Amino acid sequence: MGFIEDTLIILVTQVFFFVGGWVFFVKKLFRDYEVHHRLVQLIFSVTFSLSCTMFELIIFEILGVLDSSSRYFHWNLVLYVMLFMVIVLIPFYIGYFIVSNIRIVRLQMIRPLTILIWLVYIYLFWKVGDPFPILSPKQGILSIEQGISRIGVIGVTVMALLSGFGAVNYPYTSMAYFMRPVMPSDIQAIEKRLMQTMDMILVKKKRIALAKKGSVVNGPQNTQGSSGIWGMLKTVTTSVSKGTGENIWQLKQEIAALEELSRQLFLEAHDMHIMQERLQWASTFQGKYFNFLGYFFSLYCMWKICISTINIVFDRVGKKDPVTRGMEIAVHWVGINIDVTFWSQHISFFLVGCIVVTSIRGLLLTLTKFFYAISSSKSSDIIVLVLAQIMGMYFVSSVLLMRMNMPAEYRTIITQVLGELQFNFYHRWFDVIFLVSALSSIGFLYLAHKQGPGEAG
Amino acid sequence: MAAFDKVKVIVVGDSGVGKSSLTYLICHHQPINNPSWTVGCSVEVKLHEYKEGTPDQKTYFIELWDIGGSSSHRNTRSVFYNPTHGIILVHDLTNRKSQQNLQKWLAEVINKDGSSKSRVSSFDDFDPEQFVGSTQDCRQVRSLAAGSSSAVKLSRFFDKVIERRYHCRDGISPFSDKRRTLASLNPKFYHSD
Repeated sequence: MGFIEDTLIILVTQVFFFVGGWVFFVKKLFRDYEVHHRLVQLIFSVTFSLSCTMFELIIFEILGVLDSSSRYFHWNLVLYVMLFMVIVLIPFYIGYFIVSNIRIVRLQMIRPLTILIWLVYIYLFWKVGDPFPILSPKQGILSIEQGISRIGVIGVTVMALLSGFGAVNYPYTSMAYFMRPVMPSDIQAIEKRLMQTMDMILVKKKRIALAKKGSVVNGPQNTQGSSGIWGMLKTVTTSVSKGTGENIWQLKQEIAALEELSRQLFLEAHDMHIMQERLQWASTFQGKYFNFLGYFFSLYCMWKICISTINIVFDRVGKKDPVTRGMEIAVHWVGINIDVTFWSQHISFFLVGCIVVTSIRGLLLTLTKFFYAISSSKSSDIIVLVLAQIMGMYFVSSVLLMRMNMPAEYRTIITQVLGELQFNFYHRWFDVIFLVSALSSIGFLYLAHKQGPGEAG
Repeated sequence: MAAFDKVKVIVVGDSGVGKSSLTYLICHHQPINNPSWTVGCSVEVKLHEYKEGTPDQKTYFIELWDIGGSSSHRNTRSVFYNPTHGIILVHDLTNRKSQQNLQKWLAEVINKDGSSKSRVSSFDDFDPEQFVGSTQDCRQVRSLAAGSSSAVKLSRFFDKVIERRYHCRDGISPFSDKRRTLASLNPKFYHSD
C-alpha cells in the first residue's frame, strides 16, 4: 500500500468525520438557534474531524493497518493542524466574537483589539507551563512538545474534573437508594401555593394600576415642583396616591418579595417533577438495569478514589497496562494457555475502541447539556467556539493518557510523535484532580441531598 | 380589590426573544431596565378600555402572564396554562428558529390545557383574522405609543379576547369557550453596526 492510497483512505475517513460533526452541530447543538456565521460551524466540524482522526490513527496502529511511515507522517500532520487550531485559530475567533458583541467598540477597532487579546492569551498560555515539571529543558521554542505539554495540562484537568464528577454523579442519579419518594399530592400542594402567590401578586399589581389611574385622573398637580433631589425624596417616602390613598412604594416592596417567593416555589415544584420523572424511569426495565449497574459503578468509584490516593501518597507510577497485566494473570496464575501476542492485539483494540467511543460520546453529551444550560442567542457563537476549544484539548490529552492503556509495542508511535514528555506527570496530575473533583462532588451532592427533604415538609 | 373583570393572556416563546421586555412595555409604556431570564412566570396587569369611544365602554384588567421559556422547565410550566383566554406568541426576528419553534409552543399550550376535544396542532386551525403581526423595538417607547399601528392592533386583540370571554357565551359551537385568540408578535432587536 503506497503513500498515496494511505493518504486517500485517511482523507475519506476525515471527510466522513467532518460530515458527522456538521450534522451533530446542526441537529443537536444549534437546535434552537440560527447560524449567523458559517465559520463557527466549520471550525467545530474541523476540530471534531481532527480529533476523530487521531483516535483512528491509534486504532490503525494497533491493528497494523497502513504503512508505518505514512501513519507517522499523518500523525505529525494531524497534530500540527490540531495545535494550530487550538492555540491560534479558535482563541483568535473567540476574541473576535466577544469584541464584536460589545456595543461600544467601533468597527475599525475590532481587529486590533482582537490581536491584542490573542497576544495576552498566548502569554498566559505560555505561563501555564511554568509551575509544572512537564518538559526537559532541551526543547526548542516552536517544537511540538511545547504546545502539547501545555494543552495536555489543561486538557487533563478538564478530563479529570469531568470523570471525577461523572463517577460520583452516575451512581447518585441511577440508584434508587438515593431517590426520595415524591407523592403527587406534594406536587399539587406546591403548585397550589405557587398559584396562590401569583394571585396575591396580581391583586397588589391591580391595586397599583388602579392607584396610578386614579392619580392620572386627578390631574398632574401632584408633580408640580417635585424636581431634583427633594422631589426624589418626596416620591420615595410619601408616594401616596391622592386619589385612592394607596402606598405605592410599600406595595412594590411587597410585590418584589412575593415574586422572589414565587420563583422559589417554581424551582421547588420543578425539582419535584424531576424527582417524580426519575422515580418513574427507575421502575422501568432500563431503570432497573441502570440501578444494578449503579452498584458496580459505585464500587468502581470507591476503588478509583482509593487507588488515586495510594498513587499520590506512595508516589507510585504504574508501568504495566491492564491488558498485559490481565494476560500475565491469566497465563501465570490461572494457567490458561493462550497466544499472548494475538490476544493482546485484539483485546487492546477492543479496550481502546471502547474507551474512544465512550469518551467521544460522553464528551459530546456533556457539551450539549452545558450548551443548552448557558447559551442565549447572542452568545451562542462564542460558547460553541469555547466548546470546540475544550473538545480539542480534551481529545489531545486523552490520546496522551491512553498511552498508559496500551501494551508497550503500540506505545512507541505516541512516544515518538509526542516526543519527550513526562508522561508520568500527567497521570499523577490526573489522579490529583480526579480525587479533588470526586471528593468535592460527593460533598456537594451530600449537601444538596440533605437540603431536599428538610424543605419539602 | 379588583373591581373590574379580568382576562388572562399568556405570553410564550423561546428563551431570550423578548417576552419580558414586551410585557413590560405594554403595561408600563416604558422599556424595561435590565431584563434577566424569567424563572417561572412573571405577571403584569394593564387596564384596558373595552370598546373605547362607544357607549359600551367598559374597563377590564388584562393579566399578562410572561412565562419563562427555558426548555428545562417544560414539565413545571403547565401549571400556568390553565385557564387562559388568549395567547401571545413571541419570536425574535434575528433568529429564524424561534419562529419555527412557535408551532411547538402552541402545541404545548393547547395540549396541556386539558381539553382533549380541541387538539389543535397547527396554525391553520385558527381563524386567520385573529392573527396580529407586528414588528417593533421593545427598547423604544414610541413603538407602542397610542395611535401607532402596533398599539392599535394590540388593543384590537385585547378587545377580541374580552369579547370571546365575556360576550360570546351564546353557545354557537361546543368549542366556543375553548377557542383561544392568538397574536404573534416579533420584537426586533437592533445590532449596532
